[in-house]
Amino acid sequence: MTHYDVICVGGGPAGLAAALSAKENGAKKVCIIERDLELGGILQQCIHNGFGLHTFKEDLTGPEYAQRFIDKVKESNIEVKTDTMVLEIGKDKYVYTINPKDGYQKLSAKAIVLTMGCRERTRGALAIPGTRPAGIMTAGTAQRLVNIEGFMVGKKVVILGSGDIGLIMARRMTLEGAKVLAVVELMPYSSGLNRNIVQCLDDYQIPLLLQHTVTNIYGKDRLEAVEVSEVNDKFEPISGTEKRYECDTLLLSVGLLPEIELPFAADIVMDKRTRGPRVNESMETSIPGVFACGNVAHVHDLVDFVTIESQKAGRFAAEYSKGNLSTGKGICSLAGEGISYIVPQEIRAQNCPKDLELYFRVNRVYDHVKIVFRIDDKIIKETKKRHLAPGEMESIKIKPELLVDAESLRIDIEKT
Amino acid sequence: MDKHKKYDVIIVGAGVSGTAIASALASYDISVCVLEKTNDISNGASKANSGIVHAGYDAKPDTLMARFNVRGNEMYPELCERLDVPFTPCGSYVVAFSEEDIRTLYELKERGEKNGVPDLNILSADEVQAHEPKLNKEIKAALYAPTAGVVSPYELSIAFMEHAMDNGAELFLETPVLGINRSDTGFIVKTKENTFEAKIVINAAGAYADKIHNMLMEPAYSIEHRRGEYFLLDKYAGDCVNHVIFQCPTDLGKGVLIAPTAHENIIVGPNAENAIDPEAIETTRKGLDEVWCSALKSVPTLPKEQVITTFSGMRAEPSTGDFIIQDYPEAPGFIDVAGIKSPGLSAAPAIGEYVRDLVKKHFELKPKNNYKSGRRKIVRFHTLSHEEKTLLVKENPLYGRIICRCEGVTEAEIVDCIHRNAGAHTLDAVKRRTRSGGGRCQGGFCGPRIIDILSRELNIPKESICKDSSASRIILAETKGEGEQ
Repeated sequence: MTHYDVICVGGGPAGLAAALSAKENGAKKVCIIERDLELGGILQQCIHNGFGLHTFKEDLTGPEYAQRFIDKVKESNIEVKTDTMVLEIGKDKYVYTINPKDGYQKLSAKAIVLTMGCRERTRGALAIPGTRPAGIMTAGTAQRLVNIEGFMVGKKVVILGSGDIGLIMARRMTLEGAKVLAVVELMPYSSGLNRNIVQCLDDYQIPLLLQHTVTNIYGKDRLEAVEVSEVNDKFEPISGTEKRYECDTLLLSVGLLPEIELPFAADIVMDKRTRGPRVNESMETSIPGVFACGNVAHVHDLVDFVTIESQKAGRFAAEYSKGNLSTGKGICSLAGEGISYIVPQEIRAQNCPKDLELYFRVNRVYDHVKIVFRIDDKIIKETKKRHLAPGEMESIKIKPELLVDAESLRIDIEKT
Repeated sequence: MDKHKKYDVIIVGAGVSGTAIASALASYDISVCVLEKTNDISNGASKANSGIVHAGYDAKPDTLMARFNVRGNEMYPELCERLDVPFTPCGSYVVAFSEEDIRTLYELKERGEKNGVPDLNILSADEVQAHEPKLNKEIKAALYAPTAGVVSPYELSIAFMEHAMDNGAELFLETPVLGINRSDTGFIVKTKENTFEAKIVINAAGAYADKIHNMLMEPAYSIEHRRGEYFLLDKYAGDCVNHVIFQCPTDLGKGVLIAPTAHENIIVGPNAENAIDPEAIETTRKGLDEVWCSALKSVPTLPKEQVITTFSGMRAEPSTGDFIIQDYPEAPGFIDVAGIKSPGLSAAPAIGEYVRDLVKKHFELKPKNNYKSGRRKIVRFHTLSHEEKTLLVKENPLYGRIICRCEGVTEAEIVDCIHRNAGAHTLDAVKRRTRSGGGRCQGGFCGPRIIDILSRELNIPKESICKDSSASRIILAETKGEGEQ
C-alpha cells in the first residue's frame, strides 16, 4: 500500500489548486487522482473565454486556465493518476482506487481533499411531463459532445434554465450553426452571470423568457417540440399561456449539485442547503483530515473562486498532514434572513488566517438592502448593496480575533 | 438469404410473457423463434411497470390471474437465482386508514388464503410503525404478505430471452407481424422481410394481442390500454420504505404504491388513465401530481428532491377481465397469451410453464441434449468484494474503468452486455442491462462514453447510435463536418 501526505480526489481546478498548495505548504508526497484521461476537469470542455480575470488578471479559455495549473503540477513532483476512479474513502483515510493499468488499489493518506466538483440536474429531477425522446440532455453533456467529441447534437434548440452553462451553450450552438429559439427561465431573474447574458444571448438576439418553464415534451423518437408556459409567483404554469416551440433539442441548465457519492458513503455530515459536505474554516469536513473544496463543497460561479478556496484547503490539508491543525469544535455560521447558505458552516478562531473570508448566497434578488453581519447578536459590519442576486456569490472578510470566545455568528439581509 | 424460415414454434412479442415462454421451451428439442416489433426485448408494458412480484391475494379466486400469480410467485426465488436476475423478497404491506379499509384487509386476507397465498398476517398500527417508521402515523393496520417481492422486470425479460437463445432460440427484432395465414402444416406468419412458417404460433403481443388474434380468427376479445405514471427516486431515499407499500385497492386498480426496487431505488406509482393509443407513454402534469399526492398519504415525508426520473407504462387490459391464455379447437396450434395486465409480471414464469404444457399437446417435447439451465453469470462489479475486484481487473483491465459513476458500472460490463445473446445496441438497452445511465445523473456523464463503446464494439458510426428506438438518434453530424448540409 502506498502512503501519501495528501491525496486530492479529482483533477479539475479544485484538485489542481489544492494539490499545488499542499505541496507549496510542505506536504511532501501529494497525489491527484483523476477519473478522466487527462487533468483539467470540466475546464477542458469550456473553450470559451472569461476564466482567470481574478487569478491571473487575464482573459483565458477554460483549457488555458487549466493548463497553467497542469504545467505547475508537472514541475512540482506531484503524482498524478489519470483514468483512475476513487471507489471509496474510509474514515481511517484509506482511498480505494481502480484503473485498468494498476487494478484495484488501496492507498493511505494523512489528509484527503475532496475535489470532485459537481454534476448537473437533469430533466428527470424536474419531472417535466411528456414523452422521453432523444434530443434532451444537460447543457454540459452537449458541451462535451460539441467541444470535445466534435459532434452536433441538434439544429433547432430550446434551452431550459439560464445558468451559465446554458447561456454559454446558447452561444456555442448558434456559432455551430444551430438556431436557438429561446432560453427559458423559471425565476424572474437569471441565475447566470450578467456578462454571459449580454455576451451569449443579447449579442445573438436570443430571447430570454423569464418566469417561463417547459411544461410538455413532444416526440416519440427524436424531440419534435416543447411546450413553454408562463408561471405565476408560486412557479405554477399559468393555463392559457402555453406556446409550442418546434425543436429537435432541449438543453437543460437547471442547476448544479455537488458530487457527493464518496462523502455520503463515508457518512460525512452534509449541509441541506449547499448539498455538499459541511466544512469548517479549514475546509475540513466532519471527518478530521478529510477536506472538501470547490464545487463539491458549494457550487461556485467563477473558477477563480474555486482556485482561491482550494488553495486554502490544500494549505490546511498540508498543515493537518504535519500535525499542525488544531482540532475541537468551533462556532456555527448561521444563514439568517435572506441568506441561502454560508461557507464555512463552522469556524474555529484559532485556525483562522488574518482575514477569514465567508462566502454566501442570497436566496432571491434584492435591491437597495444591506448585508448585516453579527457576532453574538452584536452588529459587527453592515454593507449597503444596490443589487444582490443568487447567481452572484458574495463574500465578507472578518477578523478572526472577533470570534475568540464568541458563541454565534450570523448574516442577514435587511432593508436600508 | 433464405426469406422463408421454418420453426416448430413462433412466439409473437418479446415482452415478459413471450420471453418466459421461450425460456420455458428452452430445454426441449424444438426450434423456437421470437418476433418482436421494436428494437429490443421488454419494450412495452414489461419495461415500465412497478416491478412487483405480488403475493397473490388481489385476484379473485379461480381466475387465471390468481392461479398464475400464486404459482409464479412460488417460482421466483429459484428462477432469479438460476437466470441471475435481481430479485428481492422484501414482502408487502397493504395499509388501512379507516375501519372500512381494515375490513378490506380481512377480505384480501381471506381471498389470498383461498388463492393459496401463504403466511398472510394482519399487523397492528404499532407493528407497522416498528417496521416502517416513515409511514403515516394514521395508519391503523396493514396486511403483511411476506412472499411478495420486487424484481427488475426488463432484466427478467432479457434474461429469459438470453436463456432461450443460449439454448438455440432465435430472436428477430424490428420484425412486426403483418399477417398470419393457415398452411397445410400450421401457420405462415408474414413480416416485411421474411415469411415464417411454424406448427405453433403463440400470440404474446401485449397491447396488440387482439390485432394479432384477429389476423387469423374472428374477434373474441379486445385489449384496452391503461396508462400508469411513475416516479423513480434516488438510492439516497432508499430508507423511505422497506416493504412494498400498497394502499387499499379501489375499482380502478391497486392504487399508488411505494416500493424499494430490486436495485434499492424507490419507485412511486402508478395512477390509472385510459388511453386510446398504446404508444402514448408520456407523463402528464396532472397524472404525476395525482401520483405524488396519493403517495404522500402513505409516506408524508416522501422526498421530492430525490426524484431522478419519471416515466409511464401502458397496461394491456383485456375486455374479459382475466388473462386470456388458451388454444382454440378451430385453429389448432394457435395459442393466445393476451390481456396480461397486473399481476402479469408475477405470473410470467407460471404462464411460461402452462403454455409449455399447451405446446406439449401438439408435440412430443423431447429433452434437449446439452441444455443450459442458466445463463452465464453477470458481473455486477460494484457488488463485489475488494479481493474479487482485484482479481477481475487482472483478468480483464476493462473492469478497471468505471463508465457510469452513479451506479459504478465498468466498461467490461458494458462490453459484455453488448455481446451477449439478446445484446444491447442502444443507450437505453445498455441502461436496462447494466444500469449505466439509470442513476442520478441520468446518463449525463456516461452517455457520450457509452456512445463511444457501442460504436467501437458494434463497428458502426457514432452518429447512428440511438437512445432507444431505431429513429432516436442522439448525434446529428460532425460539427461543421462534411455531413453538414
